[in-house]
Amino acid sequence: MKIKIKRENGFVEYKTKSLLTLLETLEEIKATQEPSLAFSHGCRSSVCGSCAVRVNEKEVLACAHKVQEGDVVEPLKNMEVLKDLVVDAQNPLRTLERSGAHLQRYEEVALDYDDEKRNALQSDCILCGSCYSACPVFSVNEAFLGPFALTRVWRYVSDKREGEPKTKIDAIQQNGVWDCTLCNECTLVCPQGISPKQDIEKLRAKSSQFGYMDPSFGSFGGGFGAGFGGGFDGSPQF
Amino acid sequence: MRTDVLVVGAGGAGLSAAIAAKESGANVIVVTKEYPTRSQTCMAQGGINAVLYGEDTIKNHIADTLKSAKGLADEAAVETMCKNAPDAIAWLDSIGVVFSRTKDKRIAQRRLGGASHPRACYAQDYTGLKILHTLFDYANKLDITFANERYLLELIVEEGVCKGALFLNIRNGEIETITANSVVLATGGYSKLYQNHSTNSKAASGDGIAAAYRAGAKLRNMEFVQFHPTALKSSAILISESARGAGGKLLNSKKERFVDELKPRDEVSLAIYEEMAKGEEIFLDITHLGEAFINEELPQERKLALLYEGVDPLEEPLPIKPAAHYTMGGIAVEATMQSSIERLYAVGECSESRVHGANRLGGNSLLEIVVFGKIAGKNAAQTPTNSLHDLQAHIDSAQAKIQTLFAKEPKRNFYEAKQKLADLFYEKCGIVRKKDDLQEVLDYIDEVQGSLELYGIADKTKRYNTNFVDYLEFENMLQIAKTVASAALANEKSVGAHRRGDV
Repeated sequence: MKIKIKRENGFVEYKTKSLLTLLETLEEIKATQEPSLAFSHGCRSSVCGSCAVRVNEKEVLACAHKVQEGDVVEPLKNMEVLKDLVVDAQNPLRTLERSGAHLQRYEEVALDYDDEKRNALQSDCILCGSCYSACPVFSVNEAFLGPFALTRVWRYVSDKREGEPKTKIDAIQQNGVWDCTLCNECTLVCPQGISPKQDIEKLRAKSSQFGYMDPSFGSFGGGFGAGFGGGFDGSPQF
Repeated sequence: MRTDVLVVGAGGAGLSAAIAAKESGANVIVVTKEYPTRSQTCMAQGGINAVLYGEDTIKNHIADTLKSAKGLADEAAVETMCKNAPDAIAWLDSIGVVFSRTKDKRIAQRRLGGASHPRACYAQDYTGLKILHTLFDYANKLDITFANERYLLELIVEEGVCKGALFLNIRNGEIETITANSVVLATGGYSKLYQNHSTNSKAASGDGIAAAYRAGAKLRNMEFVQFHPTALKSSAILISESARGAGGKLLNSKKERFVDELKPRDEVSLAIYEEMAKGEEIFLDITHLGEAFINEELPQERKLALLYEGVDPLEEPLPIKPAAHYTMGGIAVEATMQSSIERLYAVGECSESRVHGANRLGGNSLLEIVVFGKIAGKNAAQTPTNSLHDLQAHIDSAQAKIQTLFAKEPKRNFYEAKQKLADLFYEKCGIVRKKDDLQEVLDYIDEVQGSLELYGIADKTKRYNTNFVDYLEFENMLQIAKTVASAALANEKSVGAHRRGDV
């Protein structure tokens, strides 16, 4: 089987024995023919988030991708490539700090089964960076907080134990919820079935409850009352 | 760089220690060879034990733990862990861990193997993942400093006192030093010695244990390795215990059952081992559980089985084998979590804190990392300032070692040797050990260690050289392997996970 891997000086084709996953194939290439090939990996079970790459221009986990003849493998986008398939995940991770993705103030509430389900999916995130790579907003705004950080903010805002949801909402107005184009690319590539786009829409609705509105409406001379912006979820931004 | 407390490892144990140290007022740096949320903790599914409600008692929890440890645990250490468990859960709840809940507003608990009551709190099938990520979010809230992609080279120890550590910055290939008043090792276990016969992450190469051992720290119970009965045959991907709990059957090649599937892990693993020794292939049959159940309860497993074995567990039995899952042995620590080296603390799977003994009870490892992580962090934060005599000597020595490695031309492939060591270990230092087999393993380790000048790295670049990192892990694995096989040879008594087939 032959696959192409993007390396320091362009694409290189490798001939390998037929293995099931892309990760096993990369390991085989490294152990037997190309010791310098760099890629990140860990658990092999799709839970550590280390091995996300792009195959044929789509984000996948190398450990969960069944390798096919002719696959073209590249590093994630919107991040600096450190070497071959290894990208710098540091900047993406900083969006978690910048967006304040943590419980601000604990309020003691006994949660029930429905409360648990409210943000169980959002807390399945493995921080693989696939959504960050697929997001088109970064090409026009590097300071955008991005899909996984906003999903994580929603995970805390939606938690009944959060005593200061407004502080969370305040932190995501700039370069945050309103900068998303709702294109849904993040949802399509998430290996955990999370939809950051939907979480961003929920955050917009919550923002409008706290008196925020979509700043892009401002340029139309107003006319929309405060608290109305959230109602325009799903519509394209101007 | 200098800090008060240096934490090496950013899994659940490292983060718990770092948080406790920071909250005690110390400056903290957490160093990891990966990123914080990528560590082994994320793979823990089952749960975290704590007695929360009336039906169960802390006494039960202590008794179950001691029974499973088969005489090799310390009652006081177990008591500390179990008594602090309810507070640990309350604390995790207070930082936002999304535990599964019951309809009547309780934290849901399930019964894991060896437990007399349903005691394991869980977060769907992602208990470790959700605890780990929440700890990371909270560490960010506290503004804890992380240094990612730094590989531990050596501990800095002078006159029996630990004063910091040397790291390889994987990104640029440079040596970095961090000096500290105290060091907490939270670097995980060594199951990956067994490579594709282990359920663990690639990173579980025992780096911290090896570095502590080189620095003179005492290790304890290294021969105790827990094997999980049901991992996929070719990849050792874990098939959760819930598959057997729900009625999954173990079959041999003749489609016959040969063991009570609900016995404890060590006994089921042994039965499978004995059957395999007769030349049988072993299968886990869950076809009769039906599509609805498998899709609801074991969706991950179905996906992974299809991917790694090309088998749909709905249609046919899964080929399985037992695989190395958790290492009970590690750096010997006292109740303070301090090792035999002053100011060197160890916590989590890299430590031997006398709570797991010969056989870890399911649900106690996540508990250990939180409870003992906090103890380690608090104690580490209280160490007074120290001074270092000669930092440069430590740097020079590490530099010289790296230069030697970069100067040699590899004549043998260390990846092959790593795999051969793993195969030997699985076969001869696995579920059943015999004197001659262990001697053969030790001879092989000696042979490789004696000919290390033939092994080396083909990639001589400095920037993000994973060939180099893999090699460093390989050398650590050799050192750890020797301590495991030697301890197994010396211990002629079969107990828990250590079973001798010849005495």
